[in-house]
Order: sequence, then C-alpha cells, then structure tokens
Amino acid sequence: MDIAVLIKQVPDTYGERRLHETDWSLDRAATDAVIDEIDTRGVELALTLTEQHGGEVTAVTMGPDGATDALRKALAMGAAKAVHITDPALAGSDAVATSAVLAAALRQLDVDLIVTGNESTDGRSAAVPAMLAERLGLPAVTSVRALTVDGDTLTAERVVEGGWARIQAPLPAVVSVNEKIAEPRYPNFKGIMSAKKKPVTTLTLADLGVDADRVGAAGSATRAVDGAPRPPRTGGHTITDDGSAGAQAARYLIERKVL
Amino acid sequence: MPQALVLAVTADGALRPVTAELLAAAARVGDPAAVLVCDPAERDTLVTALGAAGATTVLVAAPPAGAPLLTGELAALTAAVTATGDVSAVLIESTFDGRELAGRLAVRLDSGVLAESTDVELLDGQVVVTQPAFGGAYSVRWTTTRGVPVITWRGNSIEDTAAPADAPAVVELTVEAPAPAPTVLEEHHEPVGDRPELTAASVVVSGGRGVGSAEKFTVVEQLADTVGGAVGASRAAVDAGFYPAQFQVGQTGTSVSPQVYIALGISGAIQHRAGMQTSKTIVAVNKDPDAPIFEIADFGVVGDLFTVAPQLTEALAER
Ligand SMILES: Cc1cc2nc3c(=O)[nH]c(=O)nc-3n(C[C@H](O)[C@H](O)[C@H](O)COP(=O)(O)OP(=O)(O)OC[C@H]3O[C@@H](n4cnc5c(N)ncnc54)[C@H](O)[C@@H]3O)c2cc1C
Repeated sequence: MDIAVLIKQVPDTYGERRLHETDWSLDRAATDAVIDEIDTRGVELALTLTEQHGGEVTAVTMGPDGATDALRKALAMGAAKAVHITDPALAGSDAVATSAVLAAALRQLDVDLIVTGNESTDGRSAAVPAMLAERLGLPAVTSVRALTVDGDTLTAERVVEGGWARIQAPLPAVVSVNEKIAEPRYPNFKGIMSAKKKPVTTLTLADLGVDADRVGAAGSATRAVDGAPRPPRTGGHTITDDGSAGAQAARYLIERKVL
Repeated sequence: MPQALVLAVTADGALRPVTAELLAAAARVGDPAAVLVCDPAERDTLVTALGAAGATTVLVAAPPAGAPLLTGELAALTAAVTATGDVSAVLIESTFDGRELAGRLAVRLDSGVLAESTDVELLDGQVVVTQPAFGGAYSVRWTTTRGVPVITWRGNSIEDTAAPADAPAVVELTVEAPAPAPTVLEEHHEPVGDRPELTAASVVVSGGRGVGSAEKFTVVEQLADTVGGAVGASRAAVDAGFYPAQFQVGQTGTSVSPQVYIALGISGAIQHRAGMQTSKTIVAVNKDPDAPIFEIADFGVVGDLFTVAPQLTEALAER
C-alpha cells in the first residue's frame, strides 16, 4: 500500500515564537524551523505499515524553500521520496487554501492512505485533515492513537475528549495521528546519507493547476484584523517550605478570594 | 436579521452547558438558531432546553442509520445552512469532532474556519473573532472575506447568556450518511466521576513527573476534589503512564485558563506553559528552586509536594 505523509515545518516550540506585528503572520526568522514533532510520528506509522504491507511512503510538504529540511528528515527516517510544493504566491495561505493545494498534489499521487498529524503546533486549528478528506471525497479518521490495516479496510482507535472509539473505514482514507501513535525512529547514518540521494519533486501552483487567486494571503477567506502581544507574565511570591507552606498557600488563595 | 447557527452538544439526552454558551456567542452576531442531531425520543426535551438557552429556531435531524462517524452532523449542518439561507456564522465547539466538522463545512461553503475562538463580535457588520496564538502569547482578531464564517469555539470563554425563546420554531431536516463513511464499532467513555471537564473547570490541579507514580496521583486528585477542580497532567507524567493522555495540559494537550492552576511536581517547560499560562492565578510546588514554573507562579513553594499538597488540601477542606 502506498502512503502519503503530510509534513509541516513549524517554529521550534522550545524557542520564543513570534508573529509579525504588521500583518500578524508568522515571523519565521524569530525561531528555528523544525519538522513538527507530530509529523515524525506520522512518518513512523506510515513506515511501519509499509513494512507490514509493502508499498512506499511519500513525504509531502507545502512551504518555503527551507522546508526541504523537514522532508529530508522524513527521507532519512525511511520515506522513499518527497514532494515539495513551493510557490511565492502561497505565502499567507489559510487552512482552506492550503487544503486546496495539498489536495491537488495528493490527487496526482493517488495513494491508498494519507497520514497527517492531528494538529500543528503553530496553527492548532486541526482542520486540514478533514478539509483534505472533504476535497478528495474520502473518509477521515482523526486523532488516532492506534491503527491497523486489513486488505481494503482500516481499523483505528480514535481518542476524543471524553473517551475513545474503535472506528472502521474503507481505504483510501485520511488519518490524523495523535502523540500516542508511535515513537518516531531516529534516522541512522545510512538513512541520513541515502536521504540526500532520494528524489524530491518540486511542484508549483502551475504544476498543480491551482488558481493563484485562491491561495496566499490575498486569496484566503480569512484575514487578520489586528492583534496584540499579551504582556509577559511575571512571577510573584516564592517561599521555601518551613513546614507551613501548604497552609500559607491556602491562606493566599482564600485571602485573594480566588478560592 | 440573519441567523447564527450553533451545533447543539448533547450527552445522555441532555444539553451540555457549552451549548448555552455557543447560543450566547451566536446571539452577538445574529438570531441564535440550533442544529440538533438526536434520537427522536429525546427530541422534545432537547428542543425545549434549546429554547430556554436562547435558540429561536431549532433545525432537527435524526442520526443516519449504521453509526457513521460524524457524517450525520455534517449533513445536518450543510442542510441547515441551505434551509436557513441568510446565515451570519456557524458556531461549533472546538473539540476533536467539532474541528473536523468545521473543516469539512468550510470547504463545502467555500469560506474559512475562524479557529479556537474565545470571543466574537460584529464590527462594521463583519463577524470578527478573537483567537489566542502560541499559548496565549498573542491575541489576534480574525474575520472572513467570503462565505459563511465557520467558527470553532473554545468552551468556557464568555459568561453571557442569550435571552430565552418560549417556543422555538422547529425545522425538520432529512440527512443521510454518504458512502464511504467511517463507522463506529464501539465507544468507550472514560469515567470522570464528579470532576468537571478540564476546559470547564475553575480550578485545575496538575501533576508532573515529580508525582512519581500512578498510585501517588491520588495526592493530586484529593486536592482537586477538595476544591471541585479538574485534574491535569504534564506530558512527562502521561508518557510515564501516571495519568491518561486526555488529561495532558500544554502545547499538544488541552489549553486551560482556569481561575486557579496548581502545578505539583511540574518543571514548567515552555510547552507546558503554552497550555496554562493564561490562568488567572498560578500556584506551583516544586522542590527545585530554579524550576522555570516559578517564573510565572503567583505563589510558589519550594518544597516536597507530598508534604505541601496534603497540607494545602487539609487547609482548604477546613475552610
Ligand atoms: C512538540 C512538543 C510538545 C510538547 N507538549 C507538551 C504538552 O502538551 N504538555 C507538557 O506538559 N509537556 C509537553 N512537552 C514536553 C515538555 O518539553 C516537558 O518535557 C514536560 O512538560 C516535562 O514535564 P514535567 O514538568 O512533569 O517533568 P520534568 O521536567 O521532569 O519535571 C519534574 C519536576 O518535578 C519536580 N519534583 C520531583 N519530585 C518532586 C517532589 N517530591 N516535590 C516537588 N517537586 C518535585 C522536579 O524538581 C522537576 O522540576 C512537549 C514537548 C515537545 C517537544
């Protein structure tokens, strides 16, 4: 079975992430760009499935030139090839616009399973997997912590706020994974070396036949009106326990009428 | 006035409290109407409850046969937008289900998703939402430039209520699940006892790796139960198997913003802070005086959580 794994390059969550205070778009220069950790788990699932059932894994990303680094990471883990969708007109695309572009690329790939992270650490809207399924006319199973494939059917454990459910869906399908799906493997030296030689296809909007008026900041249906950084939070009072700190904390909460 | 549609959230034949909040938010941008997918036996009670919570119209559909995952709700929302005609916004609770529905609906309507909204208003006739970014480090207002905005709403964000409607108009919707739909084979609900949900709780008590084991998490639970709070956990505590994953607070867990957040044995990594730093008051107990959690704690205690937390529990119980 052939699998496409979607990958996003995001600002490192260990850094001080910033927005541009002009248009409230992501300030890519403020932090290191890394592959979103959740996507490495998606790659792991895809590799495990192809090891069991055959087929190959294609890593797909949409993003600026530097996003190839994230693809190389997926290739070093074991993906066979990669697709990098990049075009200056894409800058500032919202989730709906992004999903149109990714869907166009996925139609060309024609895979049995599309694996994504459940939500990116920068956007956190968790909407793209469902949008892709909608555009491609496929079933979606989101927020999955375990998944098996038997013939043309997948069975997954889908975790939601109040519990979990066992879900069955026909292939092809879109699946989004949560943090519990798998620990990503570390690329070994051989993986890292061979990643440099694996094919990375670059696609532009023209290659995909997507209308430039429907993407980017101008073509997206959502627009930032204004924004503000929250004042940074500062620490208050810290005491060292002398045997009465629990009682003092209680008094603090009661006196300030917060409890 | 255009209608603002809300997807009603129900459980065991009753409305979940977030439904009233969604209707109150809807009332700010239109005439609040509810889309209800429910078993016909529960329908009358739920319609009355929706009216009391402010819905002037209820668009009802019975769930399609065969336990399809979410496709009934999606079909109902789509049919409701068509049946209503003049819609200012669709509001859906920001849950796993809700975000999936919102994504599909926005593609269908060729509009946009205004995600993770914590506030909504009309600005020169435009629907504008407020969205926190990077764990509350920024607050950005968003609007749509075409189509019906699809808003995913973070529960527990506003305290308004909508004016009750006596006898809401009822509109019947007929929905079918399209093939190929995923089907639900079995469902498991985690028992939460009497504890509030993480996002709805006014107090959250979280335990980290410092708690040391699953058994010792009772120290965290006892404090939470004394103040009617919810229990949370850091990712390290979840990874170590001390507490189930759905209670994880942080960057890749739930974002909470309670009146009081109490962190026990949590170092305060930036990814944990991203999920709790907008809490009104933060109390932290950690035996390491250099733990970064103290940089944002209003009241910090350098000490052993196993002596401090039980004493705090006892003092609050006596109150
Ligand atoms: C992409 C990404 C996403 C992430 N998402 C999240 C997330 O959603 N949520 C999250 O929490 N983390 C997240 N993390 C992980 C985060 O970086 C930290 O590893 C994690 O928060 C650490 O958890 P902790 O504070 O419980 O453990 P530690 O950092 O190990 O801290 C344990 C603390 O307990 C204290 N302690 C030990 N014993 C006692 C005692 N008896 N009494 C008092 N104090 C004691 C220690 O001094 C220490 O400070 C994420 C990381 C990445 C890369």
